[in-house]
Amino acid sequence: MATVLERVSKVVVDRLGVDESEVKPEASFRDDLGADSLDVVELVMELEDEFDLEISDEDAEKIGTVGDAVNYIEQKVG
Amino acid sequence: MGKLEGKTAIVTGASRGIGRAIAIRLAEEGARVAVNYAGSEDKANETVRIIEEAGGEAFAIRASVSDADDVKTLVDETASRFGSVDILVNNAGITKDNLLMRMKEDEWDDVIDTNLKGVFLCTKAVARPMMKQRSGTIVNLASVVGVAGNAGQANYVAAKAGVIGLTKTAAKELSARGIRVNAVAPGFITTDMTDKLPEEVKEGMLGQIPLGKLGSPENVADAVLFLASGDSEYITGQTLHVDGGMVM
Repeated sequence: MATVLERVSKVVVDRLGVDESEVKPEASFRDDLGADSLDVVELVMELEDEFDLEISDEDAEKIGTVGDAVNYIEQKVG
Repeated sequence: MGKLEGKTAIVTGASRGIGRAIAIRLAEEGARVAVNYAGSEDKANETVRIIEEAGGEAFAIRASVSDADDVKTLVDETASRFGSVDILVNNAGITKDNLLMRMKEDEWDDVIDTNLKGVFLCTKAVARPMMKQRSGTIVNLASVVGVAGNAGQANYVAAKAGVIGLTKTAAKELSARGIRVNAVAPGFITTDMTDKLPEEVKEGMLGQIPLGKLGSPENVADAVLFLASGDSEYITGQTLHVDGGMVM
């Protein structure tokens, strides 16, 4: 079973077309991974599907880095 | 083969008038249609029956477009029945006309809620499935009075002008995801809504229409079909006037 980080990484790589090595916990979607604001919205939607959960707009706004996403999902799923 | 074969559509406020004509027109071209209504269940069922008798597919669904929960149900239900939402036509609208000096706050709020906030809520709700599928078309019903202004309709005009601005913004935000957003601005169209206008107002309006006659709901539906279909694939953010030349 893949870890949350691995699954998040896969979604990020697929969606943003970045190299897997760039997807580190501290990487910011917008500043480091070249996502625009709409990309982030889409990414959150993909994560919702991948982990079968709903992320409210308020929570989504707080997700800025790969690590934020992983922590949030681990809290919700775990 | 219809222009919308295999596509699915939500038409808000489709129980009668222009919305009904749009639902029927889209269905004629092969779209499966969610016929939304707020109060007139019988009339919505009649729209569905007309579509089905012509060999089309449709179902009626109640939702107040100014209520976010209702709108979510509308979009979720349509997506689960049809498997996708390809076309949204934001048509639902009301009028509560009054002179600015006499207009009550609730008359203002009600019209803005349904005619402007409703478009925002429905657009936001369908943007999600459309972004995922990387395609979709949204057509908003504006009005020529939203461009030209109209005495006695401060609330309606403000909402319709707002719809035109919202159309442009949604077009800019969503175009990178293959979603096009346009508006149709009808002029003086024969419907229940315009039948209520006083006779002298109607005559006054006729004098302002270069083509010299009122429009029909079908005239508007044809324009909506154009903007909803692939025929307009390179058009987004535009407002198409269907007004006999009333406002240029």
